Amino acid sequence: MKIKVAADPKSVLEGSLEIANYFGYLSGVHHVQVDVERDANLGSCVGGILVDVGGEKYRVKDKKEAARLFVQGVILRKKVEDLVVKKVLPPEEARITQEVPIVKRNFGKYRDIDGYISLGGYEALKKALKMKPEKVVEEVKNSGLRGRGGAGFPTGLKWESALKEKSSEKFVVCNADEGEPGTFKDRVIIEEDPHALIEGMIISAYAVGASKGYIYIRGEYSDVAENLKKAISEAYDKGFLGEDILGSGFDFELVLRFGGGSYIAGEETALLESIEGRAARSRFKPPYPTQKGLFGKPTVVNNVETLVKVPWIILNGAEQYKKYGTESSPGTKLFSICGKANKRVVVELPLGVTLREIVYAYGEGVYGEGELAMVQTGGKAGTFVSKEKIDVKLDFDAVKEGVSLGSGAIVLIDDKSTFLDIALNVIEFFEHESCGKCTPCREGMFLMKKIVSKMVEEGKIDYDALQEIERIVLIMKDSSLCGLGQSVHNPMISLIRMLERGEVA
Amino acid sequence: MTINGREYEFDKPMTVLDTARKVGIYIPTLCYHPRITQNGSCRMCLVEIEGQRLLQTACTTYIRDGMKLWTHSERVKAAVRHNLELLRMIHPDDCQTCEVNGRCELQDLLQRFGVERTIDYYGNAVDILDESSPAIRRDLEKCVKCFRCVKACEEIQDLSVYAMIKRGHYEYPATAFDAPVYNTVCVGCGQCSFVCPVGAITEKPDWRKVLELLEDGDKVVIVQTAPATRVAIAEEFGAEPGTISTGKMVAALRRLGFDYVFDTNFGADLTIVEEGNEFVERVNKGGPFPMFTSCCPAWVNYAEKVFPWVTKHLSSARSPHMMLGAIAKTYFADKIGKKPEDIVVVSIMPCTAKKDEILRDQLIIDGWQPVDYVLTTRELGKLIRLKGIPFMSLPEEDYDHPLGVSTGAAAIFGVTGGVMEAALRTAYEVITGETLPKVEFDEVRGLDGVRDATIKIGDKEVKIAVVHGLKNTEMLLKKMERGEVFYHFVEVMACPGGCIGGGGQPKSLDPDVIRKRAEAIYEIDEMMELRKSHENPAIKQLYKEFLKKPLGELSEKLLHTHYRDRSKEYLNLWKYYEKERVS
Ligand SMILES: Cc1cc2nc3c(=O)[nH]c(=O)nc-3n(C[C@H](O)[C@H](O)[C@H](O)COP(=O)(O)O)c2cc1C
Ligand code: SF4
Ligand code: SF4
Ligand code: SF4
Ligand code: SF4
Repeated sequence: MKIKVAADPKSVLEGSLEIANYFGYLSGVHHVQVDVERDANLGSCVGGILVDVGGEKYRVKDKKEAARLFVQGVILRKKVEDLVVKKVLPPEEARITQEVPIVKRNFGKYRDIDGYISLGGYEALKKALKMKPEKVVEEVKNSGLRGRGGAGFPTGLKWESALKEKSSEKFVVCNADEGEPGTFKDRVIIEEDPHALIEGMIISAYAVGASKGYIYIRGEYSDVAENLKKAISEAYDKGFLGEDILGSGFDFELVLRFGGGSYIAGEETALLESIEGRAARSRFKPPYPTQKGLFGKPTVVNNVETLVKVPWIILNGAEQYKKYGTESSPGTKLFSICGKANKRVVVELPLGVTLREIVYAYGEGVYGEGELAMVQTGGKAGTFVSKEKIDVKLDFDAVKEGVSLGSGAIVLIDDKSTFLDIALNVIEFFEHESCGKCTPCREGMFLMKKIVSKMVEEGKIDYDALQEIERIVLIMKDSSLCGLGQSVHNPMISLIRMLERGEVA
Repeated sequence: MTINGREYEFDKPMTVLDTARKVGIYIPTLCYHPRITQNGSCRMCLVEIEGQRLLQTACTTYIRDGMKLWTHSERVKAAVRHNLELLRMIHPDDCQTCEVNGRCELQDLLQRFGVERTIDYYGNAVDILDESSPAIRRDLEKCVKCFRCVKACEEIQDLSVYAMIKRGHYEYPATAFDAPVYNTVCVGCGQCSFVCPVGAITEKPDWRKVLELLEDGDKVVIVQTAPATRVAIAEEFGAEPGTISTGKMVAALRRLGFDYVFDTNFGADLTIVEEGNEFVERVNKGGPFPMFTSCCPAWVNYAEKVFPWVTKHLSSARSPHMMLGAIAKTYFADKIGKKPEDIVVVSIMPCTAKKDEILRDQLIIDGWQPVDYVLTTRELGKLIRLKGIPFMSLPEEDYDHPLGVSTGAAAIFGVTGGVMEAALRTAYEVITGETLPKVEFDEVRGLDGVRDATIKIGDKEVKIAVVHGLKNTEMLLKKMERGEVFYHFVEVMACPGGCIGGGGQPKSLDPDVIRKRAEAIYEIDEMMELRKSHENPAIKQLYKEFLKKPLGELSEKLLHTHYRDRSKEYLNLWKYYEKERVS
């Protein structure tokens, strides 16, 4: 016999997966052979979860009703009259927040540059080249686009300050290092739509007056980099790159650089050091890269996702972009869902979407025995968000409520993980990845690892030591040189708070 | 702007650190050093600035109109103290026997902020002890990862002997493939030891051997002091840079038990006579040009290792202290009825490379070394302190005769341009046979990286250049290789400012230290009655009684040398990597 449980986002939000698991459990307890299927296209109903037993549609509100349905409907094969639903909603209406394909606009739609052009590719470039650079910057500024690499700095402002710099030479750099564990959105973009990235880079270079660009891609992405290499040479062949692009008199050269695989190389100044041929270690700021960047010249560093949005904004206009998202954080954002998620995917949603939707509607909850305990948002240096706070709206303002947006990583963690497991995981990562330049981070990470390892060895939590850790990370935040040391308090302190509230053991 | 609640006005942009120091506000530093660019990494010079979310570093932040900042708020102090605790966590408690005890920036900071060992000592991630070089010693267990040595070698010498390798707690300043530093391109200039804030890189210490020699040796121990030490040694006892303390230094050396106190300046005068005549000979013969000076051993190492074509152009004259050593063990030994073997010569030098120089095969004469030990100015300071000699209140004493007599020309050897100027003073008079109208050659003075000029000597025009720091030197040599410039005579000093900025000089965070010491050197020159080397009466007597004539047979043996191409020797460093992998 077959039981289908609705698994569309809305139903998932209401706990349909738990009900599905519960049916599995019941079949075990009662020794009844049934197939439990999660069906995203079953549709949904109002005031409960839609379940299909042998072609009959029922609505169950909780486990108690599910148990009754199982005994009467499955084991005794009777119709359970009071649970039957009449009106089934079609699946599309059930999804609360729909995906908005701005970045994903061309995903899966083309194989080579001709395909891209037939989809309207490089039209934005043509349009931009007819505009004054100031106008291009203005448009991006008006769109309210903010950096998608983690820091969320307004892209238009960044370009404006680079445009204002007087220099014989300027650079644009695309940050495709994506060293953040749990983030894989940039990889997907490079795989699916490399030309949009190239187009975005050319436009950004034109806007700020740069003649050379670098795409700094992490070494581990050598497979998708092939795709990018091919796309770059296609763009050269078609005259979108090189000298006198499309007869505009604008020259732009684009090269690919591979990273050595350290996390810190994703930090923009460390990345510049790496391109210059040094070990990736952050520089102090100011001067900012837009003032003194690569080889001492004004340089704009942007994330892959940021750049891919640019052609869309130029074509469709800033106003159109601002229709999505919130006041402070317009537009869409790619979220990489992973960890214990049932479905590990990259989704593109307007900012302001709730964490609950991402977790349940798109990530489809946690797999395995455990239950969701918390979510780490924003990457390894992002905050841990307890299950209780899951209705928070994700945008750049969420930090005020202690939830980081960061690179858009959404890592689901179940209740089988203990405080010490998680803490050790975090601190081992940062102890390994601290670039070693500045004292508080270099030695502070080491010390914290010693403290946490000791607790793990002894198998118990030492609350005095946790106070010491808090002091270490707060001074690290206050006195470190770069964003790495300055943000490790996010995971550590949010985790400690959860421990104190008993939300993690 | 306001600092700590008090209003100040400034009219030019400066860093917060410079500003604070200017008005006498103390801000701790550890990675900042005026000789190199800021690294901003030790996080000691933190200040709280109104409107800034996080603490900022004073060495990298520039003052702005209306800026309000606090240098000693509780928040600042807590961060500085914590960062010091973290450094203490990796730093051994070895002060008692450490080379830089009492002259250590970390020790001073820990002392000042009263930082106890509140965090267990976990040891430094690296414990390399590298004693391969006769010039410098690396004891990396004491390294606080300030990047100063890395930057000094890169920015001053463009040799980049060190790079910070590994990450986080495990990083350290390594040579390529962890090769012993002596086997790398290192020229032994000691700039890294000058900037190292702790005892992780020091000169190779030789003072203990000298102390033993003085306390229970039965040999005649002769000491000589370089031109640049006399304007710096007093800094070891708290005096202002550029304090001239020749007489006190001589007195202190006598109290330490040296039998004779001679002056390397005598050797410098002798060098000028020999080298000046060598140059005159080349002028008369028409080459080969350019002729390069050879009195800086770090420069000689550099030429041999990096620009081997230069070795054919180097003056064959030995450096002044080697000349004096050779004369002391022959001419002077004879006068006191001793043989070379009965005499030990110790040189007090601003330089670490001279420790390496005295071991060169080409400088050994009939099986004996002209100079047996070289101590840096810092080591001399230590000996004086250890012996409890009250340096600053000593009377002024004179050098012993005859190898203590010198001219103003020799005095300026200590500063960049000095050798050139001294040589010109002599060459002019030898070539023209006339008296110089004005002894100062202002064209070659100053602290610009490269200075060049065309000097008229009689009917000849001589093109000369003066350069200091090997980075500047590299640029000049490359220009020569490309044929963009041509010179007859080039003076090269490896250290910034010449020997006054030598790697063995007292450590200093004063940004003007080189200028102050240089002024003192020129002051000494001006005070001298005789200001041209060939007028030195003791030198005249030496030629009359012993050497007979410049570039003569005895001179060739005692005072000249040759060089060899060592450019292949340091290239094969990956063998150290292989070795490590095998074991
Ligand atoms: C430790 C650290 C790691 C970072 N890693 C990345 C990364 O992998 N990819 C990225 O795009 N930005 C990363 N960033 C952010 C960059 O420094 C920079 O803000 C970003 O590339 C700017 O581009 P955007 O304005 O388009 O976001 C990292 C920052 C820090 C502090
Ligand atoms: S905070 Fe950490 S990663 Fe950043 S510069 Fe300092 S040591 Fe390097
Ligand atoms: S380096 Fe300084 S603190 Fe370290 S042992 Fe030496 S004197 Fe002591
Ligand atoms: S002694 Fe001079 S050349 Fe050698 S490592 Fe130190 S600074 Fe570099
Ligand atoms: S060896 Fe000395 S100068 Fe070099 S990084 Fe270590 S402490 Fe700094």
